[in-house]
Amino acid sequence: MNIVLILIVSLFFTGLVNRTKSIFSGRKGPGIFQPLKDIFRLLKKGSVYSTTSSFIFRIVPSVYFSTVLIAALFIPFGGDRGLISFQFDFVLFAYILALGKFFNIISALDTGSSFEGMGASREALYSMLAEPAFFITIGSLGLLTGYSSFYQIFNSIHYSASASPVISYSLGMLASVVFMFLGLVENSRIPIDDPKTHLELTMIHEVMILDNSGFDLGLILYTGILKFALYGSLIANMFFLNSTHILINIFIFFSLQALFALTVGTLESFMARFRMNQNPQFILMLSSVSLLIFLGVMIITGKI
Amino acid sequence: MECSNNMTIRKYITVLNNETIDFRSIPVLEYDEFMEINLLFLKNANNHCVNYFGIQSDDKLILICCIANDSRARIKLTRTEVEFGQDKIYPSMTAKNLAFNMFEREICENFGVKYLDHPWLKPVRYPFDRFTKTSLISDYPFYHVDSEELHEVGVGPIHAGIIEPGHFRFICKGEQIIHLEIQLGYQHRGIESLFLQKNKLLQKVTLAESIAGDTTVGHASAFANIWESLCGYEPDEELQFVRTIALELERIAIHTGDLSAICGDIAYQLGNSVFGRLRTPIINFMQSWCGNRLAKGLIRPAVNNYPFTSELKASLLKILDDFEPDFNEMIKKLFHNPGCLLRLEKTGVVTYDQALEIGAVGMAAKASGLNRDIRTSHPFYQYKNIDHQPVIKHHGDVFSRTQIRREEILQSIKYIRSMLDNIPAHNQRNDILPQPQRNSFTISLVEGWRGEICHCAITNENGELIKYKIKDPSFHNWLALALSVRKNEISDFPICNKSFNLSYCGFDL
Repeated sequence: MNIVLILIVSLFFTGLVNRTKSIFSGRKGPGIFQPLKDIFRLLKKGSVYSTTSSFIFRIVPSVYFSTVLIAALFIPFGGDRGLISFQFDFVLFAYILALGKFFNIISALDTGSSFEGMGASREALYSMLAEPAFFITIGSLGLLTGYSSFYQIFNSIHYSASASPVISYSLGMLASVVFMFLGLVENSRIPIDDPKTHLELTMIHEVMILDNSGFDLGLILYTGILKFALYGSLIANMFFLNSTHILINIFIFFSLQALFALTVGTLESFMARFRMNQNPQFILMLSSVSLLIFLGVMIITGKI
Repeated sequence: MECSNNMTIRKYITVLNNETIDFRSIPVLEYDEFMEINLLFLKNANNHCVNYFGIQSDDKLILICCIANDSRARIKLTRTEVEFGQDKIYPSMTAKNLAFNMFEREICENFGVKYLDHPWLKPVRYPFDRFTKTSLISDYPFYHVDSEELHEVGVGPIHAGIIEPGHFRFICKGEQIIHLEIQLGYQHRGIESLFLQKNKLLQKVTLAESIAGDTTVGHASAFANIWESLCGYEPDEELQFVRTIALELERIAIHTGDLSAICGDIAYQLGNSVFGRLRTPIINFMQSWCGNRLAKGLIRPAVNNYPFTSELKASLLKILDDFEPDFNEMIKKLFHNPGCLLRLEKTGVVTYDQALEIGAVGMAAKASGLNRDIRTSHPFYQYKNIDHQPVIKHHGDVFSRTQIRREEILQSIKYIRSMLDNIPAHNQRNDILPQPQRNSFTISLVEGWRGEICHCAITNENGELIKYKIKDPSFHNWLALALSVRKNEISDFPICNKSFNLSYCGFDL
């Protein structure tokens, strides 16, 4: 169920972000499906490979795409489990995403370009710093509910005996903020990175895929959108209503995804990106927010 | 003309901006004496070297050094004769004063003059007629460090944006830049020798317009000044008015475009699009005035083909009235946005001492507290009537250079408004310019938006050009960029580069 919805959202997510940015800068802007049309154009093209790159460079776009797709299977939808669901499935979820990232990094190093190596080292550093935020947040929610899989955690978060809905929803809000910024970090958006820039020296993610072309590039770009929708659906899971009609949950899902896209677009319109050495600070700040969630859970459950 | 009477032997001659003198009246010194006196001039921070070049005369090389005295609006000229291509080795002035660095490299490259203690005589550009034919662009001697911890990053000559070619070689420690070397010369067109080959005046002035496309008015004005002065023609009030207005409009347009680009580099979308939109009406006004958005065709020696009519005045006033409030609002937003300030402040610092040492000019100098503005120090055109106060900032960072742009734009708008109160009548001139004077030397300094532009011309006994020397402000300032990025992060290089916005083709010639 959820995977289908994620795929639908991925059709218009980046388009919505771009459209928001265009409207704020006083332009009409491209259609909402333009990014998708660009990707289709790329998918129809062949790829060019440099002579210095090995087979790793060729397989990575597919590996990257499939890891994100698999990760999407973990996410439940309201009353429905994800296709893959077991105890502590969120650990595998995080590391499947990390696996995709790992392959991306070695593919960048494989090209032998000094730019791509630079981007790879930045990406590795930032995803390493982002990891604690994810685990602390989801771990705290697990502690609150007493469960340990995505499905059980999200299903019982607002209905546990220990916390009133007011508290659980405010924790949910905080967790959404963490997930939103994690989504920005993982997708290299402003204020961490600038997806629109042409300046190789300032890029993080974009510089790693400089050598990819045609079908491979299309696949990587689409995976990026998919990843965004993935984080959006994690947020949406925090706000589903149990035991209600599924259409209402679908409506909640789409409105939250759209809200997510609009927020990203607005942020990108009115913010400058950070200086590179301030990024780690910012990402660690996410960990501190997640610690706040952890502290809240500890207090509620009476552990301290 | 004013001679140094206080000395028994005349060691140098002083001229005014745009003054033509007899070439033979520039005193010839022995090289040692020449070196000594020029180094002495530069001991005073009010003096700076505006041009230093060689001209071949039979088997000798004549070197001419032009030092501008900014407090007295005079330019001091000296010359010497050296042997070249021989075994004779000369001491270099660069060893004592870094301001001569690029000039001596250029002289060595073109004529093969050997220097004893020049730090590193690297190629400047790759002219067809260079002295050493074995030095190729493919074996440029980069500064190189053998180290396990440091790594090199090469950028260019082909860049991701549609910009001009230039190669940047960084030596980095992780994300930090230790050293940057800038290698230019990819688009050397031989402009200086083309000036001698093209016989028609129209060809020459068109060439001058294309020295650097973004400084069309600046370079064309410098050429027009030179030519009019050589021909003994005094530009009337209307010509001066037109050129002043054009120079200031060019300043507004390019500075606004730069602000947009600076915002683009820090991914501040709002500033990027608003400043981009604000630039358009200004260049469109140029189009409606002279048919070209970059003002090509507007500046011609001794003639004005595009009278500044009252309709143009009304439309320009309207454009400026619309421009100002939007500009002020946007610049306020930019300067009050903490995220933007974070990127601009303390990035790419050039200290006062560095700027002085390398002989920086224009915006790059003014941002570091060094007062270099030809409009005040060697006034020309209507700047003689305007009490121009240069905008000086003291931090030398990207933010200072951004602030200078804001204040210069507002200043230019003020000047244009005051000049529009009193538009000189259009003269239908039919003057045919006489032949340029014989055996003459002329120097012209113009403050373009980027900084001081210097053109020099020398004629022979038939009144034909035998040397035309161009110096764009970028010639001095590229080194300032290389110094500014040291100890900065490599990801901040683009914003530093944009804050200087130097010309590649103005350097490559």
